[in-house]
Parts: sequence; C-alpha cells; structure tokens
Amino acid sequence: MRPFREALSGMKRAPVLTFLSVMAIGLSVFTIGLFALTAHNIDVALSDVEGRVEVVAYLRDDASEELIEIARHEIESYPEVQAARYISKVEALFEASRELSEFSDVYSDLEVNPLPSSFEISLRPDFRTPTDVEAVADRVATYHFVEETRYGREWVDRIYSLRRVAGGAAVILGLSFALGAALLIGIAVRMSVLARANEIAIMQTVGATDSYIRRPFLIEGLLTGLGGGLLALAMTFAAYQAVERSLVTLAWLPELWTAAGLAFAGILGMLAAGRAVRRELRRLDVY
Amino acid sequence: MVKLGSVTKSFGGSSPAVLDVSFHLRKGEFAFLTGASGAGKTTILKLVHMLHKPSSGEVRVSKYSSSRIRRRDLPELRRRVGYIFQDFRLLENLTAEENIAFALQVTGLPRAKIGPRVQKLLNQVGLAARARALPRELSGGEQQRVAVARALANDPLVLLADEPTGNLDERASAGVFNLFQQINASGTSVLMATHDAALLRQHRAVRVIELEQGRLVFDSAEGTAA
Repeated sequence: MRPFREALSGMKRAPVLTFLSVMAIGLSVFTIGLFALTAHNIDVALSDVEGRVEVVAYLRDDASEELIEIARHEIESYPEVQAARYISKVEALFEASRELSEFSDVYSDLEVNPLPSSFEISLRPDFRTPTDVEAVADRVATYHFVEETRYGREWVDRIYSLRRVAGGAAVILGLSFALGAALLIGIAVRMSVLARANEIAIMQTVGATDSYIRRPFLIEGLLTGLGGGLLALAMTFAAYQAVERSLVTLAWLPELWTAAGLAFAGILGMLAAGRAVRRELRRLDVY
Repeated sequence: MVKLGSVTKSFGGSSPAVLDVSFHLRKGEFAFLTGASGAGKTTILKLVHMLHKPSSGEVRVSKYSSSRIRRRDLPELRRRVGYIFQDFRLLENLTAEENIAFALQVTGLPRAKIGPRVQKLLNQVGLAARARALPRELSGGEQQRVAVARALANDPLVLLADEPTGNLDERASAGVFNLFQQINASGTSVLMATHDAALLRQHRAVRVIELEQGRLVFDSAEGTAA
C-alpha cells in the first residue's frame, strides 16, 4: 500500500505536471485511437466485400436431382467451403425477373426457361484468396454435369491485393504511431521524474533502496499512462460519434483493441517511469 | 571508523578535487574539516558517504570499503552514516515529523515504532512543539535541527555535516553546534566541514583537518602541518 499511497500523493503534489503528462499521453494515444478506428473500419468494409466472394457453378439441364444433392453435400464438405446453395432453373428465372424487373415481360413470355440451374458456393473467411477460390472452382468443374464455373477472377485478385496493401500500411503506420506515442510517453514521464530529482536524492541520502525509491514512480507511471489511455479512449469515442452522426456509419473498435490500447498506455507509462528513475539513480549513485 | 587511505578523486578536470588524502576518524571522535571554498571538503564528505567513488585509494567506513562495496549494500551504509547539508534538503511537502519519519520508513521499520522514535528525536533536537510545521514555516536553525534529527534517525555511527551552520545566524549556529556536541558525547563520530574561522577559534580542542586545493595540509591530530 505504501508505494500506491506515495504514488497518489506524488501526483497530488504536482497536479499541473500530472495533468500535462496525462494530456500528452492522451493526445499521443488518441492518434493511435483514430488510426485504429480507421483501420478497423477499412477492415470491416473489406471483410464485407470479401464475404460476397463466391463461386457459381452452372449445371447441365440433364443433371439428376439425386446427383445434384450428392454433389452439393460433397462440395459443402470441402474445408474452404462455408455453404453451397442449389438454385434450380425455376428459382434462377424467378430471381432474374425479380432483379431485372424491367425485363419481366420478356421473362414471362418465354416458352422455354433458358437459365441453367446452379450452385452458389460461399467460402470460409480464411479461404477467400485468389488461389483458394480458383482451387474450389477447378475442383467443382470436375463434376461431369457442371457446364461452367465463374468467380470474377479479376475482382477477387483486386480485393486480395487491396487487403494486402491495407494490411501492410496498417502495420507500418500503426508501428509508427505506437513508436511516436511511446516516445511522447517516455518524455512526459521522464519530465515528472526529473521534477522530483531532489526527492530521489534525499531518499538515497537517508538510505532508501533502489526498489523502495522506484516502486511509487512505477505505480505513478502506470496510473499516468492509464489516465492518458482513458482520455484517448474518450476522445476517440467522441470522434467516432461525431463522424457517425454527421458523415458515415462506422463500426466501433472491438473490446480487445480498446483493452490493448489501455494496457499499452499503462505499461508504457510504467516502463518509461522505471527507465527514468533508473537513469536518475545511476546518475546520482556511481557504485 | 572512517579511514581514508591515499584517496584521490578526479572529475576529469585539469586538477583533481582531492589528491592523495589520508586520515583516520576514530569512533566517538569529533573533527572539523576545513579549508577555503573549492578545497575539496564536500568531495571528501561525499566520498565517505560513498556518493563518489575514489579515482584511486580507498575509503573505509566501519566494515564497508569503497573498493569492495556492492551497490545493494549502499542503503545500509547510508543509514549508518548521517549526512547534513548546508541547505537542509528537507522534503518541502512533509512536516517536520514526517521528514524525520521518512528516514525510518525507508528502512521498513513498523509504523508503531516510528511514532515514538520520531517523538524522541524531536525532543532531542528541541523541536517537539514544531512537529507539525512544514519546512517553509520553520526558521533556518529549526530546519537544520529537523535535518539533524533525520540524520540521527537510524542511529548512525558517524555524522557528516557539510557547512551545517553556513546559512544560519550566530545564535542558531551556536545552537546547532551544541547539538552536534551532544550527539558526539553520546558516542557518534562527527566530521563537520566548515570554513567558519570563528567557530574553529571557539573550539580549539576539536581536531582540525585542513585541505588546500584538494590536498591535506594540516591535521591537528598529527600535530604538524603535512
């Protein structure tokens, strides 16, 4: 309890410095929060588009219903496949006339249904790469009653490369923001340790051990970091609400991300304090 | 008790701050460490407190040697070597009694034992009535008494005082010096740095170790100039 009490009283003794440290940490983590919000929403949008990736297999008219059902079961058992839906000729015509209502007259005048039956095969999230999609299409094409498979190769390739670019950019930008925030947190915490260098020197003079001196500072660093993290979270949430109310619908960050952000700020605050106190102790003590 | 053997301390400048100094302060002994500003008095005290490491030679304080001491042993040493500064160095946000209690808390002494010990120390330095005062509410002499009480908190073997009366008027100086004499009478060695010639004249019986440009030039215990 002593280090905790000391940490709180240390923060109370220098309210302006504590406030400035929390603000500095809050603003630097806020940049990460905004970036995370953007990255998460790009990810959500891409996942939504990727969810629509499917392989369509057009079937010959002479395929028996029994064989079709067996094949559908087999296709659904592929590891890459999430679901395989059978669309009969009648359903295909119904859907076509519903989706293309301007041609409804043409469809109703038809004597023979020209549309083939088909399988609409959706893929599991981890198997939506161009290679996997192509592999499923090729495998389905081996059924003798499959006339043709289609999956929009160009479209799949584009989404895939877009995700790779976005993922790479997210890692680089995220690391840069995190590094910037880490530096700012380090500076803010070091300032507050330096402001109390006299106190540290007195503690050493009266025979306090290094760990006794360090503990309250570590807790203070942790609390300052968490305070900054909470401030950043509040600012990010305010920005999210402002954008959502006036511009576009956004997805809020996953709980794991916000928890990781808070932990990042708190742990970094603690590490920065530990490093700053260690440097100060080494500066004062030559042994 | 405190023994310096051919100690030289250089900070990288053209001439060393302390050059080949040797003396022995025995248990229960009182000595003045004197010399002009920059003669090396504070450096000697910091070497004894092991805040500085000798560039060559050896400082011994009780069982501790500057050549062999480990970093983790320094707190224990410093509890047994009280240090008093000219500018008091009290924690401004703590009251007189809290400043003294602080030196006991760092040793891990139970809280129940700290209160009575602080009270005893405040009585010893004549400040029982000012226990709850903050440093800024105390006079210079009173602040130095608090610093003395803090230095005595852990029953030091030796008390190092760096110009302890330098910021005090004549009356307060005399009071603080009398306090040192009382402490010394109870068996604690005292090494007091001062350049106050009047104080040296008033206490001719006290051993004088004189420094000049880092060298020991006179030690009254040896009887002659070095």
